[in-house]
Amino acid sequence: MVTSVVEVRGLTVVRGRHAVLSDLDVTIGDGVTGLLGPSGCGKSTLLRSVVGVQRVAEGSVTVLGEPAGSEPLRHRVGYVTQAASVYDDLTVLENLRFFARVLRIPDARTDVERVLAAVDLATSSDAVVAQLSGGQRSRVSLAVALLGTPGLLVLDEPTVGLDPVLRRDLWALFHRLADDGTAVLVSSHVMDEAERCDRLLLMREGRILADDTPVAIKAAAGADDIETAFLTLVEARGAAT
Amino acid sequence: MSPRTTLAVARRVLTQLRRDRRTLAMLLLLPCLLISLLAWIYTNDSRVFDRVGPALLAIFPFTIMFLVTSVTTLRERSSGTLERLLAMPMGKLDFLLGYAVAFAVVAAAQSVLAVAISVGLLDLEVAGPVWLLTVVAVVDAVLGTALGLLVSAFARTEFQAVQFMPALVIPQILLCGLIVGRDDLPGVLGAVSDVLPLSYAVDAMTHLSLTTTTAEVWADLAVVAGFVVAGLALGAATLRRRTA
Repeated sequence: MVTSVVEVRGLTVVRGRHAVLSDLDVTIGDGVTGLLGPSGCGKSTLLRSVVGVQRVAEGSVTVLGEPAGSEPLRHRVGYVTQAASVYDDLTVLENLRFFARVLRIPDARTDVERVLAAVDLATSSDAVVAQLSGGQRSRVSLAVALLGTPGLLVLDEPTVGLDPVLRRDLWALFHRLADDGTAVLVSSHVMDEAERCDRLLLMREGRILADDTPVAIKAAAGADDIETAFLTLVEARGAAT
Repeated sequence: MSPRTTLAVARRVLTQLRRDRRTLAMLLLLPCLLISLLAWIYTNDSRVFDRVGPALLAIFPFTIMFLVTSVTTLRERSSGTLERLLAMPMGKLDFLLGYAVAFAVVAAAQSVLAVAISVGLLDLEVAGPVWLLTVVAVVDAVLGTALGLLVSAFARTEFQAVQFMPALVIPQILLCGLIVGRDDLPGVLGAVSDVLPLSYAVDAMTHLSLTTTTAEVWADLAVVAGFVVAGLALGAATLRRRTA
């Protein structure tokens, strides 16, 4: 059964004179939901609206039954931006301890150990973040988002530029988290990551082209892979208008 | 607002500073070196040093903390950590006060050193209590921090942030009574000087060096503290949880 974790209704976001999102309706449930589309299509803006850091012109975003960005959600939504958003001049452990204090996590020590193990950084916990590789830095950022076991995890392109082995491990982690009850919303511009999601939102130019399981999307478009399905959907829409 | 979060921020900022040994060394040693240079320049006329020295003890912590804070908070804005913190249960004032507390600690260390060298080694004449000199210096540093936090909202790059130094700090140094006594300034400039916070900071230091009474010092300090509160309040208003 799909319970709604995120409900977006009539969402419009304007940047300058250009509407990045206009009158968007999306419902996101449990499991791992992939938000796929080319860069610049409004993925990050939609994710920012869900987290509640985006200035919104119109519409409503409800997360776990509360308005997005409202006080009760600040403990319950984990967010990883495209930039690592951690302190480069602190060690991995110091970063996690600091964010755990800000989140007021009761048993911080255990929780920090848990998230370090989850992102496989336990052996580098005393390294200063600036000395880590790009992939390790983004895993530190992910570890911060996992603190306190959030009900919703919002990840903006977390697997960009990562080693395929690591990418596979991260997707396995996302599914483990989803099994434990954290809804995961993850964006990507790499179409081959689509197959790893329970549910897919295909996005282009601020609109949702498709919203279904990967299998159903491929079947509906009569395509063998998501990339072809995406193209078919874009062309069908072009023919319709 | 939560004191726990404020302290967490302060501790984090201090840990970052501790890791940056070069910055820390410069923060602590530069004021001492500069005040020694000044004493050396006026070797032949120690009365000038006695007049200018206390003013500089107010100006150094203010200027240095202004620069350090505006650059560090700008970095926090541009690296995405500020956005992340504001998406967490972090009060805006907790964030600002955390920075203010951390830099006040640094300023206290800096001022204790600078005051000790000025009074102990360089024979700066101070009529009032020497410990109060340090208190004034710490409040001045917090003033620099508050203004630095505020201007970081109006700068897109660190390069722009540094330009706020000549724009906001140097005029205050020129008008605070260091070069020409505040009473001897042309009317309009005297009026401008009356609404600038650094003028009161320098007045407090000058009072301390000349007289043993402390009532005026506390009055001046109260004015500076008022500017600190206003700066932090305006700074909090520039922190937005939602951005475009």
